[in-house]
Amino acid sequence: MRNPLSDRIVEIQPSGIRKFFDIVSEMKDAISLGVGEPDFDTPWHIREEGIYSLEKGRTFYTSNAGLKELKVEICSYLSRRFEVTYDPDHEVMVTVGGSEAIDIALRAMLDPGDEVLIPQPSYVSYVPCTILANGVPVIIDLEAKDQFKLTSEKLLEKITPKTKVLVLPFPNNPTGAVMKAEELEEIAKIVIEKDLFVISDEIYAELTYGSDHTTIAAFPGMKDRTVLINGFSKSYAMTGWRLGYAAAPRVILEQMLKIHQFAIMCAPTTSQYAAVAALRDGDKDVQVMRESYDQRRRYLIHAFKEMGLECFEPHGAFYTFPSIKRFGMTSDEFATRLLREEKVAVVPGTAFGDCGEGYLRISYAYSLKNLKEALSRMDRFIKKLDGKA
Amino acid sequence: MREKILAIIEKNSRIDLKDLAILLGENEAAIANEIADMEKEHIICGYHTLINWDNTSEEKVMALIEVKVTPQRGMGFDKIAERIYQYSEVNAVYLMSGAFDFTVFIEGKTMRQVAQFVSEKLSPMESVLSTATHFVLKKYKDHGTVLAEGTTDERMLITP
Repeated sequence: MRNPLSDRIVEIQPSGIRKFFDIVSEMKDAISLGVGEPDFDTPWHIREEGIYSLEKGRTFYTSNAGLKELKVEICSYLSRRFEVTYDPDHEVMVTVGGSEAIDIALRAMLDPGDEVLIPQPSYVSYVPCTILANGVPVIIDLEAKDQFKLTSEKLLEKITPKTKVLVLPFPNNPTGAVMKAEELEEIAKIVIEKDLFVISDEIYAELTYGSDHTTIAAFPGMKDRTVLINGFSKSYAMTGWRLGYAAAPRVILEQMLKIHQFAIMCAPTTSQYAAVAALRDGDKDVQVMRESYDQRRRYLIHAFKEMGLECFEPHGAFYTFPSIKRFGMTSDEFATRLLREEKVAVVPGTAFGDCGEGYLRISYAYSLKNLKEALSRMDRFIKKLDGKA
Repeated sequence: MREKILAIIEKNSRIDLKDLAILLGENEAAIANEIADMEKEHIICGYHTLINWDNTSEEKVMALIEVKVTPQRGMGFDKIAERIYQYSEVNAVYLMSGAFDFTVFIEGKTMRQVAQFVSEKLSPMESVLSTATHFVLKKYKDHGTVLAEGTTDERMLITP
């Protein structure tokens, strides 16, 4: 029999998270701090709207780009929250999660050999999606000394004549880093000067602590160069509904829509109706959840300090990214031992890029009770490593 | 700061002062002072335990009683309410808008005991015009907490 597989696909490494997930799954009573999703249920009024749409028999396809009323709500949301205006008819589309939007944006923009700048540590899909789109991923290693922000120097260093797209993953999973308006402005200047495009993954835009999120699309000249990606998973605790969206200049969006049309058809109809309710009446829910994450963020940072675990203060998403470099172990070793010896599951930083070596991603989307138990086990583990117990 | 303290301790009055201070990013002593002040000002009126008595062997019945009264000159509703709420059987008394005046929550060991209280204590009161007793059959949610089931975390242990 011939080899049934494509070489290009076989060469793509499975996600480092997957590997660790398999180990964790064997452990029955492990406490996890490893999730990448909210611990809240979707607010009831949103769920009810989904149920209601089913009761009314709204079980058909929507148009490829999504329900008109949802697109209108998305545009009004983007303008009221982030001061960017988009035309609901031509500049926005509803996708199956932000992840679909990432994939089709790359496929719509890349020709073979085009280079895509991907700051890491970051979400796991940018590199494989770039490869699948025939692009060449070029990694920018972010550092703790810059609070894991993208700096102009780091960006300029990696730009070549072949560079076409910059992925901008802020607020960041896994580090929790955010980019402030003045820092984005620097990046925007370079993007325009070097004639690049930006895929801005803003799925955690609602989860920032201390200052509001700014989108790079809001800077002069940037809307024409930016594919803005957002969604409902994190801000409204709707991960399982699989619903995201992209807002982009019409020329790009039309091509993205073409891929979406053939590969996906349309995003789930029930989820789209629920999402309308989320955008219309969900501001208060978001505020309550944000406050609750913020409290737990402070709790975790404080606990790390007490147990002597170095960690820069994250201002976004629901992750912390403490350093374990002083223990002389790899992230993988540390995470595996922590799991085996204290039954606490965290994600090794390397799952998000090689430069995540020496770090762990620890999520605080858990109840305080759960966090306390996990942290006391971590404390015990660290004391043991330090020879204090 | 008060609203934030109250929002947390309304759900969990047993939280450590230290934890509360960390969660709110405030000084522990400042939080303690604030709580003490709120106790003095009767903003915080007590720290109770939410019990689902249905899961114990203890027999308890609870009734909601609608009470119509005639407020008396110089007494108003408050005096009548006071005469009602002094009884230890009475759990809560609210003055209501609408078709009746007070909602009275009563707890007893048996239905008979509750009925007796209504017929012997509540109804004969001078100002009370009429009562309507409704027995609680099942509590689903109390003080913002769903009593029926415990929640389990159904998320996968590790996700990107």
